[in-house]
Amino acid sequence: MKETRILLANIDEPDLHRLEVYERLGGYRALRKALLEMTPEAVLHELEESGLRGRGGAGFSMGKKASFIPKSTMDKYLCCNADESEPGAFKDRLLMQKNPHLLVEGCIIGGLAAGANKGFIFIRGEYSLQADILDEAVREAGQAGYLGERILGSEHSFDLVVHRGQGAYICGEETGLLDALEGKRGNPRLKPPFPANQGLYQGPTLINNVETLCNAPIIIEHGADSFRKFGEGNSTGTKIVSVSGNVRRPGNYEIELGVKVRDIIYGLAGGLPEGRELKCFFPGGSSAPVLTAEHLDLPFTYEAMAEAGSMLGTASMIVVDDSQPLVPLALRLAHFYRHESCGKCVPCREGTNWTVKTLERIDRGEGTPMDLDILEQVQSNIIGNCLCVLGDSMAMPVASMLKRFRPEFEQHMEEARDRADRDAFSAPELASVEEAGAA
Amino acid sequence: MRDEGGLHSVPLPTGWDEAVRLEEDAATIPDPAQVDVPEALRAEIEAHMAKYPDRHSATLPALGAAQRVHGWCSPEAIQQVAAVMQVTPAYLSSVATFYDMLRTHPAGPGYVYVCTSVACHLRNAKAVYDAIAAEELEGYEVREFECLGACDMAPMASIDGRYVGPLSPDDAPELVAALREGRQPFPGRGLGDRE
Repeated sequence: MKETRILLANIDEPDLHRLEVYERLGGYRALRKALLEMTPEAVLHELEESGLRGRGGAGFSMGKKASFIPKSTMDKYLCCNADESEPGAFKDRLLMQKNPHLLVEGCIIGGLAAGANKGFIFIRGEYSLQADILDEAVREAGQAGYLGERILGSEHSFDLVVHRGQGAYICGEETGLLDALEGKRGNPRLKPPFPANQGLYQGPTLINNVETLCNAPIIIEHGADSFRKFGEGNSTGTKIVSVSGNVRRPGNYEIELGVKVRDIIYGLAGGLPEGRELKCFFPGGSSAPVLTAEHLDLPFTYEAMAEAGSMLGTASMIVVDDSQPLVPLALRLAHFYRHESCGKCVPCREGTNWTVKTLERIDRGEGTPMDLDILEQVQSNIIGNCLCVLGDSMAMPVASMLKRFRPEFEQHMEEARDRADRDAFSAPELASVEEAGAA
Repeated sequence: MRDEGGLHSVPLPTGWDEAVRLEEDAATIPDPAQVDVPEALRAEIEAHMAKYPDRHSATLPALGAAQRVHGWCSPEAIQQVAAVMQVTPAYLSSVATFYDMLRTHPAGPGYVYVCTSVACHLRNAKAVYDAIAAEELEGYEVREFECLGACDMAPMASIDGRYVGPLSPDDAPELVAALREGRQPFPGRGLGDRE
């Protein structure tokens, strides 16, 4: 199977991050078209028509989101969410490192559609290489007149600032991102009001993921209809899939939405290591409930993944082979969310902690059969009960592992208990205990 | 009293187990004339403040800059940022304690973040971390870190922002030796090295 490279079409071009190379390959043509030949309404219409859905996880229509921004004269903002921290996701890193001008162009077009004159790229602090590259791209674009007052002689003015985070997964949640950008702890806000009405500095704000905004210049240049030709049903366009875990060729692959999951894992990523079988996989980052071999022939679309009880999310596929015990994996996953919970909502703060403690207990050999029921209950008490979906992001995959692999959890618990028993007693002691038990 | 494990399996941030000093007044916004701030740091923070419609937005970059000067968000560092930004030290502490890359304890100045999150976990990252941690590298904050967004090079580590991977536990001695001698560890195996 071959990739369908549109976003990644020129990604191997040397020095693509330089403005002259990007322009030589047709860069900023879409911006010219949007600014000089189209009205902002037409740009917005084109984005809506394309059916482009948010690539950051939620999958909400980008054009629709932009259309929610009120048409008033107040200050409006564009935020690019480049806080890619979902375990398994590394697609935005590639785009920003290799093709930063595509993102800059996408931000300017997004700003035009939303009527925003100021934009921020919120990039996670760990991506220092990529942030430096973006800084340089913004500087080059400003010098060339693509940023600033009255861009290319049009009515539109737009400034762009690269803002570095300092390491917090929750800042990838859109309202957490806004608080972090305003210089506070990154706590998510109560919604509504949604950011489209009241976001950054209380102004209407359009927030989009890196990959989403990178699609905007492509849609404007080639038209919504040609974008819709790719994909299946309401999952239009191409998508960068980040494949990781137990595969032979982990990496980013751009596919047309609708290809079979099997073709991604066994085709592009080269399948599992020699002699290994698939145990399960996360189709959309660590927040997505796990699926198993029976789902390999599903088309990789937002709809099919949702129907199978999971989600396409960020399309970060983490593949788990049959040599991996699930309890330590679930523990590792829960550990992540406990660490990253901002602590604002009780179900998430306490639920993630309970889950970690329960799983640790099971792994240490102190678990009881009731613990699995408690674990299940804790997950169901988190889902839907918090301001944001961080808690859900742990609860859904952990609950799915429990549901699909309960016998393995039970067996792990038994074996751990036996091990703990053996460790607790010396051999002669154990023999006497066993003798006593037999008598 | 510090809780050694037991009840709290999550380590408590500094100060959470200390009694409030009720007899002291709350720290207010420092008088800029009373606080010495290194000129370069002041200029950097002011440049950050100028980029945003609201100066508070410069908090994260400003604390980051102060940390580069002081090694961590020490009371002195916080005081200097507070003086330049004209905010209270308490506000800055509230922010500094939230973010993983801002240190509330002396450490470093360098860092080695070993990713042990889900995708790296599947490729034996814990053993890599244990091997590096066992070397007791001075001058570097060596810690497990949550997903660094480089699952394609798993298991990996970020050494002062440079992503290196895939690593194996056998790489630990060379990695540590290189850092001790001031060399770049594993040239050619870092992200973006070939460009």
